[in-house]
Amino acid sequence: MSPVVLQMSCAAGLLGIAGLALVLSGAKSSTAIVYGVTMAVSLVALFGSIRCLLGDVLNDSGLTLPIGLPWLGAHFRLDALAAFFLVVVNLGGASASLYGLGYGHHDPAPHRVLPFFPAFLAGMNLVVLADDAFSYLLCWEFMSLASWALVMSHHREPGNAKAGYVYLVMASFGTLALLLAFGLLAGPAGDYGFAAIRAAQHTPYAATLVLILMLLGAGSKAGLVPLHVWLPLAHPAAPSHVSALMSGVMTKVAIYGFIRVIFDLLGPPTWWASVVVLILGGITAVMGILYAMMEKDLKRLLAYSTIENIGVIFASLGLALAFQANGLKLAAALAFTAALFHVLNHSFFKGLLFFGAGAVLTATGERDMDRLGGLIHRMPRTSFVVLVGCVAISALPPFNGFVSEWLMFQAVLQSPELPQWALKVTVPAVGALLALAAALAAACFVKAYGIAFLGRPRSTAAETAHEVDRYSLSAMFILAALCLLAGILPGLVIDALSPVTTEILGGRMPIQANEPWLSIVPIAESRSSYNGLLVMLFITISASLAVFVIHRFASHALRRGPAWGCGFSDPTPAAQYSAGSFAQPIRRVFGTLVFSARDHVDMPAPGDTRPARLRIELHDLVWEGIYQPIAGAVGFSADRLNRLQFLTIRRYLSLVFATLVTLLLVLAIWS
Amino acid sequence: MVVISDIVVQGVQMLLVLLLAPLLTGFVRKIKARLVLRQGASVLQPYRDLLRLLRKEVVLADNASWLFRVTPYVTFAAIWVAAALVPTFATGLLFNWTADLIAIVALLGSARFFLALAGMDVGTSFGGIGSSREVMIAALAEPAMLLIFFCLALVAGSTQLSTVANFMASSYVGLRVSLGMAVIALIMVALAENARIPIDNPTTHLELTMVHEAMVLEYSGRHLAMIEFGAFLKLLLYISLIACVFLPWKIAVFGTGPLSYAVGAGAYIVKLAAAGFFLALFETATAKMRVFRVPQFLGAALMLGLLGTLLLFVSRSF
Repeated sequence: MSPVVLQMSCAAGLLGIAGLALVLSGAKSSTAIVYGVTMAVSLVALFGSIRCLLGDVLNDSGLTLPIGLPWLGAHFRLDALAAFFLVVVNLGGASASLYGLGYGHHDPAPHRVLPFFPAFLAGMNLVVLADDAFSYLLCWEFMSLASWALVMSHHREPGNAKAGYVYLVMASFGTLALLLAFGLLAGPAGDYGFAAIRAAQHTPYAATLVLILMLLGAGSKAGLVPLHVWLPLAHPAAPSHVSALMSGVMTKVAIYGFIRVIFDLLGPPTWWASVVVLILGGITAVMGILYAMMEKDLKRLLAYSTIENIGVIFASLGLALAFQANGLKLAAALAFTAALFHVLNHSFFKGLLFFGAGAVLTATGERDMDRLGGLIHRMPRTSFVVLVGCVAISALPPFNGFVSEWLMFQAVLQSPELPQWALKVTVPAVGALLALAAALAAACFVKAYGIAFLGRPRSTAAETAHEVDRYSLSAMFILAALCLLAGILPGLVIDALSPVTTEILGGRMPIQANEPWLSIVPIAESRSSYNGLLVMLFITISASLAVFVIHRFASHALRRGPAWGCGFSDPTPAAQYSAGSFAQPIRRVFGTLVFSARDHVDMPAPGDTRPARLRIELHDLVWEGIYQPIAGAVGFSADRLNRLQFLTIRRYLSLVFATLVTLLLVLAIWS
Repeated sequence: MVVISDIVVQGVQMLLVLLLAPLLTGFVRKIKARLVLRQGASVLQPYRDLLRLLRKEVVLADNASWLFRVTPYVTFAAIWVAAALVPTFATGLLFNWTADLIAIVALLGSARFFLALAGMDVGTSFGGIGSSREVMIAALAEPAMLLIFFCLALVAGSTQLSTVANFMASSYVGLRVSLGMAVIALIMVALAENARIPIDNPTTHLELTMVHEAMVLEYSGRHLAMIEFGAFLKLLLYISLIACVFLPWKIAVFGTGPLSYAVGAGAYIVKLAAAGFFLALFETATAKMRVFRVPQFLGAALMLGLLGTLLLFVSRSF
């Protein structure tokens, strides 16, 4: 069976499971069957795509199905880029299904989730495989609608209806932008096959428009600021394993679309396009993590952190565009590899963290961090793997997040070679933004972990929490292990990514597998090298040495006692630092500018016994500055047009007549 | 044979930093005491403190988890590994190619990450205040440090610290505006990262004015000894970093034999003493600033780092 046929059969299988789930609806074992079979199919697709990526991908492994538009048919094709993103999609799908085997049992209404879950996965698989604009858009819409249904699965919970509405509006807007982009790409000849688009010459004017439309279309799905507003509403609204897929995988499918069109279909880029992508990426990274820092809802925090990671990926892609436009193949390959590596990493740790948030939700019923705390005692295994995820996403060695950040910074350091002045100024500024985002991410995950898992329980739900089931735990442990493996053996990952860079950029990074001790050396050893394995060994040995010496020579005595409160022993866990108080210093540094944040202290007069109150005022300037005016304008014109709804038949007819006359007049004047 | 001698030299370096770190802190304390006309404790006092802490029992809060007990070792190990990556008396040591400047920033970041978590583990407000202020300071100091290192990497054409030090020791460098900015910014960051005046007061015991000390308030006994040792090492690390990059005077080049190693070690100790003296002088001469002035201080460091990097992007000769 050729690879593309295998992948297509898997996608068809997933659609079949969706149908099966409809049939099984209400049966007792439906949860186990659906997730079990979905996991099996995802695993087959995963190993198929890994084999494609590692082995040589057949160049013309295309497939044309006689469905779709009659003169077009539906084209599907598997190349290295698609194979890589299929790995991301199906790995996410397999782990989410495994997690769902346990987590799905807690769902009050499984029939609202089960049919859409495999359909969503099938949609993402098909988007990546599509090889003509029509199939691409169709699958893209299918993916969006399936995920919308999943967002709305708990539609009675407060906020979810709004989340679904905003998501639907933004998804339609994004698809419209994509539609226009593909229309421009197809040109007047109207050939929608990707092969024809790739071969065609695009005028600079059309290329500019396509770039803008792709930034709007793919960017809104990925969560680029300021198109991100739907993401922190919709991702947390879905069940946690679906949140993991939406955040960890669906945003990557959007990035795939961007890479496919801008790097592959559009032809050689212009240098100023990279400036736009770089600036948007840098701003997205910092804004995303600042939003996350202000958040006290665990799942929303994770969703905002996804925005940061998308920013990092877009910034790396912008660097790759800049190098590519100037013919610096090696540097472009480095930046592009950094972006792909981060795509993979983010799917690992964001999946893990959303699973962890789901486990907390199962155990306590809480997403509000200010009502959690002390879970490390009650849920030791979950706490351990979530800690791994937090360390990995904070880009700390020896985990995987650090490697992609490191590669990205190495790419930034290649940039003085660039001849354009705008890039010479933009790249270091974006480098600074990315460094800031990395540091803030560590702060944000100290907060998330410290408030939710450490300290004393702040509610009875947190106090009586219990460990989650084995399926959920094993899904989390697998992802945590992958985070570590990708961090200590980065050379193997870079080599596996090289077919993609070769295909897209025509250049690749040097082979890393031959480096001694599994080091990675992006350019030359004298310039920079990193060895995750040795760093891990080194830390382990030093720590063990310290432990050995201490336990050999130091006192073993240990006494438990109450915490030392400097004379003020507080009786209530509410005196601990909360999410809001932890973020206060950072809110004061960055928040006044970005959120126009203010703290209002309401202090009662002496003798008055009412409690003092501290009120925090935060504004989402993007929402208030862009979306509310648009919504207001739409509402205003809708109110005005509303009058047209209740006219008499004569007035309708005269209206139609008047319109007709006006149009004819316009036509007459035009020609 | 070559490998064995490499391992020996690397091992000597790692032991040397361990042995010198408490002495450096003791020396700074002594100089500070003398500058305000106090007698001051012996320069060996930090060693005695460590030994005494090791002999004491640990008082652990009821609520403390395994993370609280593991953190001192993880933190110490991460800082020690970072210190092993910095050339002290010789460049080109065995583990130098394991990781680079960016990894040093990240290793110190790991140490801080776990320490900040441990501060929140017991669930008192003091740990929380320390952790939240520490991450605020780090959120500015870390990017500033990365930009300073970008600056160095662009001048030397490498992020590999040995290569940078060799380059700086060569005669190609000369005086550069960007390097001047980098050294000022690096000193500012070093003060912040080591919880020194004017950012934080290492000797205070008034909770509301302290950052680092509040975060580790719950630690006692052998755990506190590891954390203190880590803090001593970190100070040594930053001074070594500044010394090897900006004052690579007499630093031994890889494989030049025992004599030049000995000269390098001597020069290194002289550099440490000089840096310790200036640190003490500076700390005596300034006052601690309010917590919310710190962002301005570190923002200045960040801007200097960015400006230096920008200058190098514009032209390699600045």
